[in-house]
Amino acid sequence: MTEVENAVVLRGLGRDYGDLPALQDLDLDLPAGSSLVVLGPNGSGKSTLLRILSTLLRPTRGEATVLGYELPKESWKLRGQIGYLGHEPLLYQDLTGRENLELQGKLHGLSVEEANHRIDMDLEVMEMSRRADRRVNEYSAGMRQRIAICRAVLHRPKLLLLDEPDSNLDPEGRELARSLIGPGEGRTRVLVSHEPERARAEADAVLTLDRNGRAVELAS
Amino acid sequence: MTPSRTAFAALLGKDLRTEIRTMRSLPAMVLFAITTFIIFRYGLDRTTLSGSLAGGVLWTTLLFAAILGINRVFVSEQEEGGFDAFRLAPVDRTVLFTAKAAALFIYLSVLELIVVPTFAVFFLPQWSGLLPLILVLVGANLGFAALGTLISSMAVNSRARDLLVPLLLLPLVVPLMIAATGASAPLLEAGAPSYEEFGTWLLVMGLYDGIFCLVGYAVFEFLLED
Repeated sequence: MTEVENAVVLRGLGRDYGDLPALQDLDLDLPAGSSLVVLGPNGSGKSTLLRILSTLLRPTRGEATVLGYELPKESWKLRGQIGYLGHEPLLYQDLTGRENLELQGKLHGLSVEEANHRIDMDLEVMEMSRRADRRVNEYSAGMRQRIAICRAVLHRPKLLLLDEPDSNLDPEGRELARSLIGPGEGRTRVLVSHEPERARAEADAVLTLDRNGRAVELAS
Repeated sequence: MTPSRTAFAALLGKDLRTEIRTMRSLPAMVLFAITTFIIFRYGLDRTTLSGSLAGGVLWTTLLFAAILGINRVFVSEQEEGGFDAFRLAPVDRTVLFTAKAAALFIYLSVLELIVVPTFAVFFLPQWSGLLPLILVLVGANLGFAALGTLISSMAVNSRARDLLVPLLLLPLVVPLMIAATGASAPLLEAGAPSYEEFGTWLLVMGLYDGIFCLVGYAVFEFLLED
């Protein structure tokens, strides 16, 4: 793929659940390598926006272009270039943390050597190396979130979609997570947060949605 | 795109590893089948069965034991976010269908490895029909696996999953059961097994398997979309 100027371009994007509009008339240009924080009350469509950008959800109307690919037509080209961290950790409970990451590596086409190298490195960063061989159903919520962060970045995605990534993490865990999912290193990030002050500090742009899923502010 | 063979092996390996670790499907299927044989033995008040009655008892039991496994095919994907994790990966969607169908085929084969000899001990005076019966079992397992995976993927997002699976599966599986019973009955006759219409019934099963493998392959991607 050629490098694109804007990682995310949205024009009149909307999504309904039945008769209920969750997201309405959203326009956005997010330059590659920058961080966007999405703020808004519960039910304002923040998570819906992330799921659309991740290709997990189809928009009801409007246009969305992510990393140069038009959604949903070219979704299949985009998969593998997105790191998605949602409310659920997307981890199999009866596998160990390491086994979950190995499975993720295989699904993303990494060689065994490359996957193992990255898994060891990321587990070390998140201070989970010693506990990686325990089953996920034995983890605390914070430990699950640490492994989920490793899962989201294992394939080194160009675009990170993070839905409240700090949830369940203690202050130490939040600090550790910064090196994997924080700003910098050319990553484009779209981050949903309920902590405006903390999120604004590391954002290049802030999008605020209202209860009807409309953008009320887009500030740089 | 990740090579389909790599993704298939990873998904199948995950399912088998999880089943060996948790034993959530197979023990229940085996226990159900053996209990049913005991009930048939005392309910029918017969120590031996042969022909179509033997075929009927065997396939009724296997069908309902299979439903227990089919109900659980996609439970971990639905409850633990496996569907989303898979949909985010650059993998052909039909790989999940083939991996799940392969896992179900293996579960059914293991079930039959335990249950069919038990059936023979309970009911059959002589066992010479068991060897050709393997062909019938393989043919039926293929059909169960393809149709079961398809139905399970349709029902998994419903809270009435346990009701929906038999409701959708049972009418569709009737032709397969007729063919399986038809092929098994002459093999299980008292005395030497006969091969009357054996080939015809196997052909019917092969046709059924082919149709549902193709249907599953063709529609599975649409079933995975939101």
